[in-house]
Amino acid sequence: MAKYLLLIHGDEREWAAMSAQERQELDEGHRAFVAAAGAAVLDARELEPASVATTLRADPAGRPTATDGPFLETKEAVGGYYLVEAGDLDEVMGLAARLYEASAGHSGVEIRPVVDHG
Amino acid sequence: MSDEVVAAVADAHRREWARVFATTAHLTRDLDLAEECVQEAYAQALRSWASSGVPDRPGAWLTTAARNQARDVLRRQAVLQRALPRLVADESVPGPEDALDDDRLRLVFTCCHPALSRDAQIAVTLRLVCGLSTAEVARAFLVPESTMAARVTRAKKKITVARIPYRVPSPDQLAERVGAVLEVVHLIFTTGHTAPVGARLVRRDLVDCALGLARMLHLLMPNDAEISALLALMLLIDARTGTRLSATGRLLLLSEQDRTRWDSRLIDEGIGLLTDALRRRPPTRYAVEAAIAAVHAEAPTWRHTDWTEIVGLYDVLLQLWPSPVVELNRAVAVGLRDGPQAGLDALTPLSADPALAGYGYLSAARADFLRQLHQWTQAAEAYEEALILSDNDVERDFLTGRLGEVRLHL
Repeated sequence: MAKYLLLIHGDEREWAAMSAQERQELDEGHRAFVAAAGAAVLDARELEPASVATTLRADPAGRPTATDGPFLETKEAVGGYYLVEAGDLDEVMGLAARLYEASAGHSGVEIRPVVDHG
Repeated sequence: MSDEVVAAVADAHRREWARVFATTAHLTRDLDLAEECVQEAYAQALRSWASSGVPDRPGAWLTTAARNQARDVLRRQAVLQRALPRLVADESVPGPEDALDDDRLRLVFTCCHPALSRDAQIAVTLRLVCGLSTAEVARAFLVPESTMAARVTRAKKKITVARIPYRVPSPDQLAERVGAVLEVVHLIFTTGHTAPVGARLVRRDLVDCALGLARMLHLLMPNDAEISALLALMLLIDARTGTRLSATGRLLLLSEQDRTRWDSRLIDEGIGLLTDALRRRPPTRYAVEAAIAAVHAEAPTWRHTDWTEIVGLYDVLLQLWPSPVVELNRAVAVGLRDGPQAGLDALTPLSADPALAGYGYLSAARADFLRQLHQWTQAAEAYEEALILSDNDVERDFLTGRLGEVRLHL
């Protein structure tokens, strides 16, 4: 077994503009995912928007300095994540495909293997 | 070392690499280690067969040698190996001897997994399944060797770390996954059939690799109509390979080729497979393309080609697989059915398609119709344009010859 982080990316303006029906489909997608994944879900969180994020990075002197906003200024931001355990990539892809964000067009699910330090 | 042994090893490399590699990878569950062991097995064969003779079953000899090599390394590295990520294979695999064919199939599906980019799929398929060197793969796909090496390394790492399974997909996924495999096989074939760059028109190694893959897929999944159709398409096109060059090495068009020298055995096999595929399922993209190739194969002469049938088949193909290149081929067929002016008219709207802007065959097709219409100045310009866009020496020589003929009229 291996661990994967599913990072849910999306355009925050599109998320904010979703209709009631789209929200319902989104919720159903997450319920279907959790039902299928069962105990394989180790952790899951939805994140507040990137506009309230704070990024720490080095100033010229090498001291950590806070800046307002996410690390990279991109249109798409991370909106939430699942940490899951699965046997192989096909298994994770099969689960993640149930998420609304995998087929909504303005969002996506990034599957990242977690380093196993043994 | 005798030429005979070198030839036998080269032959075994061509025929047996996939089988030997796949079986070794199944044992090692480590693609890099499997590659090293298989290369060492071929090196051993060169030494050993020179003294003991070529074995009756070279593939079995090489598989045993590679597996012994792998067992030694694994034993030495037992501790290290346990800590490394491994290929994910089904635990319920049959014994190694029964699993030979399944291993090759597993390997192809692993290399063509949708989580890999198309470029990566092609790279690892040619490297791991066909056994081509990284330099050869790089040359065929016009990228620097260092780029191709990085691409292969990255793909192998992703297969292991992301745990792309070393497994034939489940039945519900199979149809979709076979499609990706067939696209890779088809791309390898077309790249080999007219090499995009270089002195030779045909890269025989790539053509053989694609045909070998398609034959293997067909053998292992004989009821898949799309596999049959692609194999038929490639056989029907390859049947003409021997007649595409004149004795002096000039490119011969379909209209100029000696049809009596087309390989009738390949044509018969192709038509048989196509007929079978069409009986089993509505036509797919490859089946329609194969049908077009079959119309050419069955025409006794160029003049007797059924262009109406061919235009009709291109219309069907455009429905199944809309693409500017198909539109171009359809326009050329219209010109052959209704005359050069009709062909030119059909090509005109395509000149505005950005997807064809750098496509030399559009310029070459326009040039040919303009030449037939005696519009010499425009024809010369179109040939010059086609020359700028071609990097294959044989194609360039052909275009230069035509340009010279046209210029005589200016």
